[in-house]
Parts: sequence; C-alpha cells; structure tokens
Amino acid sequence: MEINAKSADRQLLLELSGEIDHHGARDALRELELAVDAALPARLVLDLAGVTFMDSSGIALILRAQQRMQMLDGSVLVCHVPPQARRVLDAAGVGRLVTIR
Amino acid sequence: MKTRASNEVTLEFPSRSSNESFARAAAASFAAQMDPTLNELEDIKTAVSEAVTNAIVHGYPDSIGKVVVKVRICPENTLEVTVRDYGRGIPDVDKARQPMFTTGGAERSGMGFTIMESFMDRLTVRSVPGKGTSVVMKKRLAPRLKAAK
Ligand SMILES: Nc1ncnc2c1ncn2[C@@H]1O[C@H](COP(=O)(O)OP(=O)(O)OP(=O)(O)O)[C@@H](O)[C@H]1O
Ligand SMILES: [Mg+2]
Repeated sequence: MEINAKSADRQLLLELSGEIDHHGARDALRELELAVDAALPARLVLDLAGVTFMDSSGIALILRAQQRMQMLDGSVLVCHVPPQARRVLDAAGVGRLVTIR
Repeated sequence: MKTRASNEVTLEFPSRSSNESFARAAAASFAAQMDPTLNELEDIKTAVSEAVTNAIVHGYPDSIGKVVVKVRICPENTLEVTVRDYGRGIPDVDKARQPMFTTGGAERSGMGFTIMESFMDRLTVRSVPGKGTSVVMKKRLAPRLKAAK
C-alpha cells in the first residue's frame, strides 16, 4: 500500500491506496503518525478511493489515527470507501467510533 | 439440480507476510469455478486473509513455520476453507473469538474472528496450545440462475 499526504489549512489529507493487509500496512502506522505529528492538523481526512483490498489491518490503522487526532483535539473523516473495505468496517462497527462518509 | 463434482486444492507455504496476498488470491481463484458473485469472492478473500494473517502473526510470533490452506468445494454449492498452523496455539478460544480481544498490540484490532464470522456462514476454531490452530470456514454460495446452454 501507499500513503500520499497533502496538507493545507490545518487539514491533512492522506490518500491510501493499494492493498491494506498486515504485510502492506507494516510501515503505515509509523508513516501516518509522522505525517500527523508534522502537520498537527485540526482535521484528518483518510481517503480510501485507491484501496483495492483491506482487512482488519486497516481497522487498526483507522482506530490509531482516531486516537492520535483525539490527543490533538481534532477530528477524523474516512471517505471514498470502496465496497469491500466498507463491509470490513461495517462488520467491525467502526462507524460507531469514526465518521465515515 | 446438477450437483457439482467435488474438488479441492492444498497450499503450503512458510509464514512470511508476503504470502498473505498470495494465499487469499489463490483461494479466490480456485473458488472462481463455483461461479461466485464479485461480493462473494471478496468475502472469501477477506476471510482467508484474516485466518492466514493470524497464523503468521500469532501462530508464529517469532519464528517462521508452516501454514497450510486447504480449499474444498463441497455439496450444495458450499466452499470450505481450512487454515492450519503448527504454532503457539490459543489457550482460550472462546475468549479469543470475542470482538476486540487481541494479544497483538497497536497494529491489531481484535476484529479478525468477527470478520471471518460475518463474511462466512460458519467458523470452527480448534487449537491446542503449543501444537497449533486450525480454522475451518464454510460459505454457501447463492444459487445463480444460468441461462440454458
Ligand atoms: N493462529 C493463531 N495462533 C495463535 N493465536 C491466535 C491465532 N489466531 C488468533 N489467535 C489469538 O486470537 C486473538 C484474536 O484474533 P483476531 O484475529 O480476532 O484479532 P487480532 O488478530 O488480534 O487482530 P486483527 O485480526 O483485528 O488484526 C489474537 O490476538 C491471538 O491472541
Ligand atoms: Mg487477526
């Protein structure tokens, strides 16, 4: 998987793409935390449009992002979730914890 | 109704994380002969990914061991996937299956078994500490009306 970061006006946009599994996401958590700590955004947007497959490794990533943003008193939005990733998030009830659009 | 002849395949590989995508893609492409919907194929891929990742991450936390994945086409349009490891094992399976239970730290969410349960119809987990774990998942695919050939 890949993470592409764009930051403007205290909003950090992270475009995730490729396969988010244990193998693909092994450096993603650190990358995500570094990007958040560098930008200190008020809002973090995780755009999943380019995600071709996601399993529970993606859930951990999203929940860790949410915790990080809570420490900064900021918010997280997850958007453009493809159908397979959406079913994974729904099965785990992630929508109760994070805003998904 | 015509019953499909049974068929099966067995994959064996070392518990390297780079084999996760191979295992789920191989299982899905074997299942393709059952003429599944795209959603069903994605469900199978996802469940296999969870079970294989568990074998790799939890079964063999600090070594490389053998993982065996068996995919079988059963009567009544049912697919059965077995994922077996010979690793650490699970001391309390009922507890491990509960949502959000994890021994895996920040990079795990404790939702793998919950996802397997929701994406497949049936999940059986057998485990012996020190000997390994076997996860059997079954999914009955929706009958598809085919145009007469
Ligand atoms: N093959 C296995 N060998 C040993 N322990 C296992 C195995 N599979 C699961 N477990 C145990 O069961 C727990 C729950 O597994 P589950 O897949 O539900 O969550 P997880 O792997 O911890 O997190 P996630 O799947 O969300 O990344 C694991 O944390 C681990 O303790
Ligand atoms: Mg798991």
